[in-house]
Amino acid sequence: MFYIIQQTLNALQLGSIYALIALGYTMVYGILTMINFAHGDLFMVGAFLCFVAATFFHMSFIPALLLSILGTALLGVVIEKFAYKPLRQAPRVSAIITALGVGIFLENFTLALNPYPRFIPPLVCNLTWTFGELSFSLLQVMIITLSVILMLLLDFTVRRTMVGMAMRAISWDKSVAPLMGIPVNRIISATFAIGTGLGGAAGMMYGLAYPVIDPYMGIMVGWKAFISAVVGGIGNIRGAMIGGFILGAVEILVAAFFPSTYRDFVAFALLLVLLIFRPHGILGKPHAQKV
Amino acid sequence: MLLQVKDLTHYFGGLCAVSNFNLELGSGELVGIIGPNGAGKTTIFNLITGVYRASRGSIVFEGTEITGMKPHRITGRGIARTFQNIRLFNNLTVLDNIRTAFYSEAAYGPLQALFHSGRYRADEREIARRSFDLLSIFRLSDYSGEISRNLPYGLQRRLEIARALAARPQLLLLDEPAAGMNPNEIRGLMDFIIWIKKNFSLTILLIEHQMPLVMGLCERLEVLDFGETIARGTPEEIRSNRRVLEAYLGEEQKP
Amino acid sequence: MELKKIHSHLAGIAASRRMLPVLLVGGFFLSLALPRLDWVDSYVQLIIMYIGINVILSASLNLVNGYMGEFSVGHAGFMAIGAYTASVLTVSVFPPGAAGLFFPLAVAAGGAAAGAVGLVVAFPSFKTRGDYLAIVTLAFGMIVKSIIENIEWVGGPRGFIGMEKLTTLPWVFVWTVFSLWVIRNLVYSRYGRGILSIREDEIASDLMGVNTREIKVIAFVISSFFAGIAGGLFAHLLQFINPRCFDILKSTDILIMVYLGGIGSIGGSILGAGIYTVLLEVLRPMGIWRMVIMPLMLVLLMIYRPYGIMGLREFRWFVPGVDLEGLHRPDKKGKSKTDALAG
Repeated sequence: MFYIIQQTLNALQLGSIYALIALGYTMVYGILTMINFAHGDLFMVGAFLCFVAATFFHMSFIPALLLSILGTALLGVVIEKFAYKPLRQAPRVSAIITALGVGIFLENFTLALNPYPRFIPPLVCNLTWTFGELSFSLLQVMIITLSVILMLLLDFTVRRTMVGMAMRAISWDKSVAPLMGIPVNRIISATFAIGTGLGGAAGMMYGLAYPVIDPYMGIMVGWKAFISAVVGGIGNIRGAMIGGFILGAVEILVAAFFPSTYRDFVAFALLLVLLIFRPHGILGKPHAQKV
Repeated sequence: MLLQVKDLTHYFGGLCAVSNFNLELGSGELVGIIGPNGAGKTTIFNLITGVYRASRGSIVFEGTEITGMKPHRITGRGIARTFQNIRLFNNLTVLDNIRTAFYSEAAYGPLQALFHSGRYRADEREIARRSFDLLSIFRLSDYSGEISRNLPYGLQRRLEIARALAARPQLLLLDEPAAGMNPNEIRGLMDFIIWIKKNFSLTILLIEHQMPLVMGLCERLEVLDFGETIARGTPEEIRSNRRVLEAYLGEEQKP
Repeated sequence: MELKKIHSHLAGIAASRRMLPVLLVGGFFLSLALPRLDWVDSYVQLIIMYIGINVILSASLNLVNGYMGEFSVGHAGFMAIGAYTASVLTVSVFPPGAAGLFFPLAVAAGGAAAGAVGLVVAFPSFKTRGDYLAIVTLAFGMIVKSIIENIEWVGGPRGFIGMEKLTTLPWVFVWTVFSLWVIRNLVYSRYGRGILSIREDEIASDLMGVNTREIKVIAFVISSFFAGIAGGLFAHLLQFINPRCFDILKSTDILIMVYLGGIGSIGGSILGAGIYTVLLEVLRPMGIWRMVIMPLMLVLLMIYRPYGIMGLREFRWFVPGVDLEGLHRPDKKGKSKTDALAG
């Protein structure tokens, strides 16, 4: 019983990080129908910003978090302006390849500046509660709570505010939105800022939970978050959250019952099975093609 | 009887797009389907050509049940179509647009294609010859190497019909062939449709909003509104049909 | 006057096309001679062989991604299957000593194994397209890597060794030419036109009588077959393979070569693979910064040439005669008068 609760907590922790990153993929996809493959590397940048903040500036948790979020958000907006915006009319794959290029650039630029894996000093005091066999740390609780708060905030923004309404309008029909007086470019920038900011937050939390960080850490985590977004139905914000938690749960479950080398295998196999039965993800709707 | 559609019904989710549609087409007929936007006309084309699978009903072509067949099999049996919004293979040349439609005609298999065997050469030469014949009939030869996206609108329409004919259909479905044309061009199109019907010995079923074309061309009309057939008959009969007027102009207000 | 011009033009093409076999034979003898003569050192020869392998990889991926317009990101997975199959065959199955004799067979078997798996991956493509199919191929690539990591008798995560260095310049040359020839033949056939029409408009393609399922199976099988071939050559060049050689980064490399060179173009695949491989070597002195500069160049290229260097165009040499003629055939019958067409 304790074991199950313990694993549930672990799954929630991993899942909330996946979900936060998946949100960035899904938001950008929803608005530009473009997969931002550099997103996983922006997540990595978030972790490194946290490292810089904690090691060189001795910041505490909240300022470091703000730096991670704002720094990656700014980077996301800049990347969109310089690399993606010129390609909005180009074939979709060109944008995808550009995103792959930006990702590789971020990885290697970080590596060039900083050739060693780094260790993020603990920013959250090492408090652990123990109930019988069950133990959970303050960090774990913080990660889960903070992620949930961020997700609720986002959900509110998208559903209840003018910016969110504009985002949904653009994702519904990009050509009509400007006719309705929606400043498309600004809304796209806002989408990138929010999406990558969430990724940055995830990077920081991931770095605190698994403190050894390196420039390539974003690749695998990024792909997995991307899978979460697809499982939930890409372009669907609630879907991305659900997908993230599902993937987190699956990974923890597999690791609990199989040798750890099978973890990726089972995760991806499950993904395939899901896609066969629900080709558009859990919450995604098939896009009826007009003939 | 070339085509026999019986009780064709199709739902999109809960919405009934076509309900109990019936149609009998004899060989060599030219029949029109008219109706306000959203009446389910294109859906009927999509059902006949296999793009959608009918919720209920049957479609029999030349005595064979084709309901539920894959689109390419149906095309292979002799039904070809054009689209409301032109759907050419935009980045391919005019010639390749035509040649693509010869897919099911060629007899060579994958291995013969991989090694460009003699069979491949013979078949391809035949395909090229017939494609050029079609192009010259349609006065498109000068554009054979042109990327189809770069053609002017009128030529794109013509190429789309030529491509449909390359599939050697007996029944040709034209979805709003006159869309975006001026009265002058429409008159040209009417002659053109009569001409291809005779030269390729076709049966034609067409959807159109342009009344002059429909009334001047079709031998019979089916009028659809909200997925239901509200009238059928000769153009003269339709012209004076009360329900048709209501569907198009709205119900007359009683004082 | 006009006709004369066209005629001389056609003659020019024909003349230059006759050069192709000469070049091929010459190239083959050069590839035989190079290792013996001391013209270029073994490092340069190695690079040339890598270029050849990369050309096979990018041309085969171009079939699915460029010509058919799908987005497969698991090409390295097929390469892995080919590499491991061929290596196991030469090391453990074929009689030792005679491995060299059986080498082409081993490589072909690697291709066949990859092709067979490609058949399996083709099935999801019937129903899913675009991003979702991309995920399927991605997952496939990861699964292949995971499975190999869990098979102990091929070394698991440590990798597989013991291959002789059987991949030589002539072999690379022959396999590259063969791959390009077959892919080019496929592209200029009814199946090739089917592949292109799926990229342009799958529904219209189906409605024009193209059996899209058959087409997808053929495209995926051929594409993965040659990825397997490239894998077999790669394994016997490096003489050491492990699952990490074939991870998502390798797939990304191949993607970059395809889109750099240009989609829907065999010439583009050659250019893309050549330029990418050579640039990586030329920039090697820059150390890690080369991997900073390369992606930047890629981004700039995409912004200024979104279709890649040769996107949707082709070297004339690769276009078969019938197709070339089609582009230049003077209009003979176009003047036939049909009143219906007036106006």
